[in-house]
Amino acid sequence: MSARQDDSVIRVTGLRTQFGRQVIHDGLDFEVRRGEVMGIVGGSGTGKSVLLRTIIGLITPAAGRIEVLGHDMAALSDSERLAVQRRWGVLFQDGALFSSLTVGQNIAVPMKEHLKLPPHLSADLAALKIHMVGLPPEACAKYPSELSGGMRKRAGLARALSLDPEILFLDEPTAGLDPIGAANFDQLILDLRNAMGLTVVMVTHDLDSLHTICDRISVLVDKRVKVGTMAGLMEDPHPWIQDYFRGPRGRAALGDAAADHVGV
Amino acid sequence: MLPGTAVLRVGRDALASLSEDAGRDLGARPAGPVEVEERAGVRVLILRGDWTAPSLVACERALSAEAGPRAERLRFDLANLARMDTAGAWLIQREVKLREEAGASVEVTGATEAVATLLATVTRHDVEHPPIEPPYVNPIAAMIERLGAGTFSLLRAAAELVNFLGLLLVTLARSLVQPRRLRLVSIVSHMEATGLNAMPIVGLLSFLIGIVLAYQSADQLAKFGAEIFTVNIVGIGMLREMGVILTAIIVAGRSGSAFTAQIGTMKVNQEIDAMTTIGLDPIEVLVVPRVIALSITLPLLTFYAILMGLLGGAVMANASLDITFVQFLRQLNSAVTLSSFWFGVLKAVPFAFVIAMVGCFEGLKVKGDAASVGEQTTRSVVESIFLVIVIDAVLSIFASVVGI
Repeated sequence: MSARQDDSVIRVTGLRTQFGRQVIHDGLDFEVRRGEVMGIVGGSGTGKSVLLRTIIGLITPAAGRIEVLGHDMAALSDSERLAVQRRWGVLFQDGALFSSLTVGQNIAVPMKEHLKLPPHLSADLAALKIHMVGLPPEACAKYPSELSGGMRKRAGLARALSLDPEILFLDEPTAGLDPIGAANFDQLILDLRNAMGLTVVMVTHDLDSLHTICDRISVLVDKRVKVGTMAGLMEDPHPWIQDYFRGPRGRAALGDAAADHVGV
Repeated sequence: MLPGTAVLRVGRDALASLSEDAGRDLGARPAGPVEVEERAGVRVLILRGDWTAPSLVACERALSAEAGPRAERLRFDLANLARMDTAGAWLIQREVKLREEAGASVEVTGATEAVATLLATVTRHDVEHPPIEPPYVNPIAAMIERLGAGTFSLLRAAAELVNFLGLLLVTLARSLVQPRRLRLVSIVSHMEATGLNAMPIVGLLSFLIGIVLAYQSADQLAKFGAEIFTVNIVGIGMLREMGVILTAIIVAGRSGSAFTAQIGTMKVNQEIDAMTTIGLDPIEVLVVPRVIALSITLPLLTFYAILMGLLGGAVMANASLDITFVQFLRQLNSAVTLSSFWFGVLKAVPFAFVIAMVGCFEGLKVKGDAASVGEQTTRSVVESIFLVIVIDAVLSIFASVVGI
């Protein structure tokens, strides 16, 4: 374990978040290693999205330390924080695209703002990212309001990938995608991770994604996380974890795993 | 599938094929992103350093400068790449594709597995695409087009508003015939929000307008030694026009916009659709209570505004003209008639009806996204104030003809 400590790109220690008197996380420790795909699961209201938003700095924790890429986020100046922020991309639940820009312009925004890329390069790169997330090229010139919910989500992913981030935060990425689209998305994440050493942190309920692409899974229970591989977590006696992975859907996703093992 | 993919020589094989070139790095001169060597009739482009988005412009420039004219055989050597992201990979594969289309035989060597994967991914996804900018339009043509579209949409909006007025009147009549359909709790709650809660701001502004009115007229009338007629001007002005107009404008900005935003947000959340599905009539549930509530509260608010305006006038008259409150009241009594008062207060009913109707109408016209809520709210306030003033002008002409 100690050898791997240097590998961690995100390290959260002793995190406590609360809204008013409602405590969401208490003494939560969480670590993500370079190059892994980390899934975050948990029941409704356990603070999955809150954990994500706290790490990316949208929520200020009541206590605890958050280190991203070796920087203590609370200790950074504004310009240093901006430099770290450029090294991650975030996909929000509904894409959160700028409604006054076309999809292509949405994706070109970070390139123009941060890298000052000339339009002929940023337009082609934006189109590349758009195609990479499985949208047709025509989508470039469309406005977000002209796209379906699933397409908006993909466009949001393309914008998150715009600057080739080191860390990709995904909030329920496959919700709203059809099963083929979701599987393609999983494959895309794997490709990118392999090619670029991308680290992925995803809040998800898609057991297929959890099983297919997540190296480790963090389960939010009792205001903390339990981390492990899917197989390891299956052995955890906590009742919610048992219900989650051993429920009918969990068994269905894992049934493939069993079949795979037999096949190998 | 695409020409680029076929030429990728991946991983160790490619590296092995390059072993003959070992030692070429020894020079180690500080080179740009591209270095060119001729080896046995093959033009070799050695790519160095970071091929990432931040250095993309420099890489593109170097590539177009160094590639040389019409090389028959070309090799891209990626073994010295420090870092590459999708932007760099895209640039490389674009160059490969361009060279191949120009008839050269192109080879890519020295790619690590990661680089090769990325190159393949990028090649797979590099497609023709339409421009990402919205198409350019001539500003003059756009202005004319906007004028035309604006005129048509204004006419259409007017027609729709009349249509909505009819729908509202029918629903209202049905509700009044069957009072069970009236939602009393909703009406009272809207009365509180639009009436009671508006009292501080309406009172304060009317008081201040009373002061201003008194001060301005006193200033002019003093030239004729007719200061006492300040009371007439404040009295008639507040009772007939200022009280009701001021209140209507405040309420249009405060409650009309709120109606639009509330109903518009419900529209965005599909609550209106849900309501219709359950068998509730949105007009009956959302619009009628608001119209009734505002039609009751606006006259009351107007009455209150008139009182506060007169109070402001009296205070000012007392302070600057030495007209006592008793003198003020006596003069007021001789200056105004009951019909002036009713003319002012009862105008509030059509104003309230229009403000509530337009507010709800624009709210129901919201579509899709949150931006639309803001747009319709602006329209709602502008339209309702416009209509209030138009109606006021018509009523004023009517009053002067009839002689109220």
